[in-house]
Order: sequence, then structure tokens, then C-alpha cells
Amino acid sequence: MKRIKIPVTRIEGHGLITLRLGEDGRVKEAKFHVTEARGFERFCRGRTLWEMPALTARICGICPVSHLLCSAKAGDAILAVRVPRAADKLRRLMNLGQFVQSHALSFFHLSSPDLLLGWDYDPARRNVLGLAEEKPELALDGIRLRAYGQRVIEALGGRRIHPAWAVPGGVRAPLSEEARDALAAGLPEALRIAQDAISLYESHLDAWQEEIATFGDFPSLFMALVAPDGTWEHYSGRIRFVDAERNVVADGLDPARYGEYIAEKTEGWSYLKFPYYKEAGYPEGLYRVGPLARLNCCDRMGTPLADEALARFRALAEGKAVTSSFHYHYARLIEILAALERIERHLDDPDLFSPRVRAEAGINELEGVGAHEAPRGTLLHHYRVDEDGVIRWANLIVSTGHNNLAMNRTVAQIAQHFLTGREITEGLLNRLEGGIRAYDPCLSCSVHAVGRLPLRVELYGPRGELISWRER
Amino acid sequence: MITLEIDGRTVQARPGQTILEAARAAGIRIPTLCYLEGLSPRGSCRLCLVEVANWNGKLVPACATPAEEGMRVVTGSQRLKELRRMVLELLFAERNHICSICVSNGHCELQDLACELGMDAVRFPYRFPGLSLDASHEKFVYDPNRCVLCGRCVRACSEVEGAMTWGFAGRGVNTLVEPDLGGPWGESETCTGCGKCVQACPVGALAERGVATAEQEKRPQVLAEVTERRPRV
Repeated sequence: MKRIKIPVTRIEGHGLITLRLGEDGRVKEAKFHVTEARGFERFCRGRTLWEMPALTARICGICPVSHLLCSAKAGDAILAVRVPRAADKLRRLMNLGQFVQSHALSFFHLSSPDLLLGWDYDPARRNVLGLAEEKPELALDGIRLRAYGQRVIEALGGRRIHPAWAVPGGVRAPLSEEARDALAAGLPEALRIAQDAISLYESHLDAWQEEIATFGDFPSLFMALVAPDGTWEHYSGRIRFVDAERNVVADGLDPARYGEYIAEKTEGWSYLKFPYYKEAGYPEGLYRVGPLARLNCCDRMGTPLADEALARFRALAEGKAVTSSFHYHYARLIEILAALERIERHLDDPDLFSPRVRAEAGINELEGVGAHEAPRGTLLHHYRVDEDGVIRWANLIVSTGHNNLAMNRTVAQIAQHFLTGREITEGLLNRLEGGIRAYDPCLSCSVHAVGRLPLRVELYGPRGELISWRER
Repeated sequence: MITLEIDGRTVQARPGQTILEAARAAGIRIPTLCYLEGLSPRGSCRLCLVEVANWNGKLVPACATPAEEGMRVVTGSQRLKELRRMVLELLFAERNHICSICVSNGHCELQDLACELGMDAVRFPYRFPGLSLDASHEKFVYDPNRCVLCGRCVRACSEVEGAMTWGFAGRGVNTLVEPDLGGPWGESETCTGCGKCVQACPVGALAERGVATAEQEKRPQVLAEVTERRPRV
């Protein structure tokens, strides 16, 4: 028996991929396992509602802002208050900063080494440092763009990571005029970097044809929040499902009633649950969330530069849904641009300095759902509390969970195309990682896990015998 | 007046003043936790331990030991630093002190002491007791997970407010501060809702209802202010 070790790196968290060969030597089945459990939903129990934003933010160091805001929104629902107008805008501003920093991290730091240095480039140098040697300007641009997003978060929350700023009922403090001026000054450079990155991506489309066709290119449903008029949305709105033709399958769904149209299946081989669209059943109800889904679901971006980019994105599929998960990267870059354009609009708004940012109330509902678009996709926080506001039950559905079925399908497609013989080659391993990485999954978020999480790929023969394995 | 020596400096104290009061008047810092100006000293946390060199290096709590003529007090020896650090580690290991989500994060006397005394790790196994939070009071929340059993709330309630709502129940490591004879704080028949216990609490165990993580700032000095303004009979 021959074993080869490989890890999946440059994703947030770790997992295991197993490939099973059929009698004909072709890949018959591929599974993406998330192998860590953490139990966050369990130890939220017994804590007060007011601690939940900061508590759930600790699930992740990359997207604490997403959990913070989503949890605060679940808290708003339990207080049964309308968040003051200024607080709503301030939360939106922070989420836009989060989109910029998280998307920039995903594209520039984690994925661009594969895209720009090549899938078969020396693995020791296929990282952001190698990129800095080969393309120093691009690497620096990526770092600057991410830093800009983090500065938005810091200007509001007082710190870049884990700002305990959003609270049930609103936020703790408004923006200062000095901080607004500093953010406005940094905006032109950030906009320039985002547009350059889109041009760079578009100029490489021909070179990436093989990966575009195999990194999860299949028809599926897409789910995202959209604004009431169909515009791209990142903070509120209603749930829309579209199919591969971009036909609206369901629209105007109340995210608080997610249980009516989303069900979750558990499989013995992964700690990550498998949500699916109820009406279509399992696993046919596979849907994707995140940048690709948001762009497929919305009617327009709502800002001029992003709308121009959306038109070019739509042209890839002649107006239908873009179905290759490879283009998550493309959608991500367009969303950075959209986020920056919206930040520009927000910064002119005098409401951002209003001291009226928090609605105070007692416990007026015993159950509440917060729904939100995290950079990686739709995020749901669902809490039940007792009369005193102590959490009795919590359910968190994170974006990586929504994409679980799609990621499984993606690794199968990549393995079927790139596996030759019975060895897990470096090129295959890297593409499997890259296919997962396109979703920018956060495995630590998805199972609410902590610690060092490497990825491993195992190849099994038709009778279940381990043929080879690899781990980086 | 009494004359004594603290850390090599000659210090004057009035009869009845404690070592801690004499040191503070002279601008010498001794760490404290269960001590609070305006309340009677208790000497239970042992963080203010000092050595009396001419009592064979005997360890005494500065907050509860009267200053005596000719006493030679050492406040910062290596032995004392190690003892204080160990006391802190035991406090952290005893309950669930998770600063990152605590209402008092950034405004906590226990956290400040850990920084001041260089407690960068806890060498004892954490006990992780499963204690229930009491959010039944309309104005305040009591979380025994964060309690250090300093008794400042108990003394504030009995000595300053006079309500005697809070008291100790159980023994040793299993001691709990409880309102009345146990039971939900919200159903207490003696609590006046004055909030002195919350202001006196050095950590996040007692907090105002509705405050989120890191939002609870306290004014423990109000206890001394209230007692000073009160006419003596």
C-alpha cells in the first residue's frame, strides 16, 4: 500500500478530501470532510443576549465582524426594536469594510499565488511571499487594499479584529469626523487597486479556461439576500433563489423563516452539516452562496463602476447564471469595487456622526433570527432566550455550510478531470485545494472550530483500500 | 503618631491606621482586591500581603494589620511577588474568567492585577465550574462564573446600604455569594436595587443589565464618598 501525504493550505481551517476509484480506475466518488467539531452553539447557552455579539465573533479571526453584526441583528429581533437610522448605516459601513478586507485577503494573499504564479509552480514559493518576489507591486497592492478594509473596521470599532462594537439595538459609538476624513483620503488608492485587479483577472480568462471548466462548473441554485428592488445587498433584504438560467425560483423569502425552505442534513463523515433547498430535496437542492451567488441573484449592483463590471461578468454566461465556482474570484473582486463605491457614498452622510445610535429595550421576543451577508455568503444566527434574556438555544448557519454540497461536487469534478493513474500528484492536490479555496471557505467558522487545521487528501480503490494519501 | 519603615522609607501613621493606609498616604503602592475604601477590611484575598522584617519576615495582610511603632515593612520582595502571582493564578483557575467576552473587559481589577503582576500563564488546572447566571433582576445581572469571592458586594450591601441582601453560602472553593437565602435575585425581598454591590464588585460578576462585552465601567469610589458624606452618630 502506497501512501502520499498532502495538506490543503491557505484556507481558513482544515479538512480532508477522500477520493474513491471505480472499477474502471476513474474517480467514482469524492468527499470533502470537515474533521473538527467545536460546539459553539452549546456553550452559548446560559450566556446573556448582550454578550452574544462579542462571544460569537470569537468563532473566527477573519470574519469576526460578520458574526458580530449578525448576532447583534438577532439581538435586535429579540429586543423587538428598530435600530436607529445612524446605527443601521454605521453597521453597513463596517460590513463593507469587512467585505473589502476579507475579499482582499482571499484573492491577493490566498488565491492569487495559484492564479498568477501557476498551479504547478514550486509549492514552497507559491504563496504571498513568492508573489511579492515575482510581482511586488501586486502583492503590495493586495496588502494595502486589505489594510484599507481593516481601517474602516478600526475607525468604527476601535480595533481591527474583534471589535465589540455592535450591540443588540444598535452600535456603541458613531464615526468621528477625523476618522471619516482619513477613510476618504485612502479611498482613491483602494478604488484604483480594485479596478486594476479586475482588469488583471479579465486579462487572464483565456489562460484559465481548463480550471474555469472544471472548478465546480455545474448548474445549481444560488441563494443570496437582495434588496427589495432587486439590487445587490450585503446587510439586510430578503432571500432570493435563482437557478442556472437565472430564473427566479423563489423571491422575497423572510430569512427569519429559513426553516421553511432550508433543511440541514448530517452525514456521518463530516462535522459540517449539509443545508439544501427543501423543495428540491437532498442532494438535488444543492445551492451556492457567497460572491458568485450574490452576483447571480441580484438585478444590479447599484453603483456605476460595479455595474459596468457586472455587465462584463454577466456576458460570460450570456446573461444566465455564471456557474463555474472558479469565478467566485471574479465576483469577489467586483464586490470589492462595489463595497468601495458604497463606502464612498456613506462617507458623505452626516448621519454617521449622530449620537443616536442605540435603541434600548428589554426582552420583548423569546426568539430571534439575524440574517446577513458575510463575505463568504449568507449567515444566519438564530437564538431562543428565556424571560431574562439568557440564551437557551442557538443555531448558527454559516456560509461555508451552505456551500458544503457544492464544495463536494467541486472536488469530485476536479479529481475526475485531473487525476491520472493512482497517485495524488502535486498538481492535482493543488487544484483540489484551489477548488475549495475558490469558495473562500472558513472551516473554523463552519464547525465553529479552533486550532491548526491542515488539509489531507486520501485516495481509495473500489473495495475501499487506501491507495495513496497526501498532506502538506 | 506612630513611626514605621516601609520599603526603607520612614513613614508616619496615626494610631489605628493600617499598614495599607500608611503606605497609600506615603504614595507606596500595595496591590489589593478585596479591600475597598469605605468598607471594613476583610483580608481574604491575600494580594496585599507584606513582610514584616522585624517579625521574622512574617506575612501579614496590609489592609487588616494596624501599623505599629518601629515596624519594618517590605512590600515588594521576590517572595511576595511570587506569592501574589500564585494567589492570582488560583483565582483565575477557580472560576470561568474569559476576559474576551466579559462585560468588564478593559475595566476589571482582576485583569489589571494580572497585567501589573505579570501573570502571563496559569499553572493550575482550570476547574471550569458549571455555574448558572442570574439575570432575573430588572436592573442587574449576577454571574458567579466571574466572582472572586472578595465579599465587597456583601459588605457594601450590609455596611453602606444596610439591606443585607448578599451573603456567603457554602464553603471553601464552592462558596457562592447569594441574595437573601438563595434563589433568584429578582425575587429578593430585601434588595433595594441601589446598585452599590455592582459598583463595589471589582470584576464582571455583578453588572448592569443590558451592557455588552467590555462596556461595564464601575465607580467603586462611590462607596467611600457615600460613607464620608454620611453624618456620624
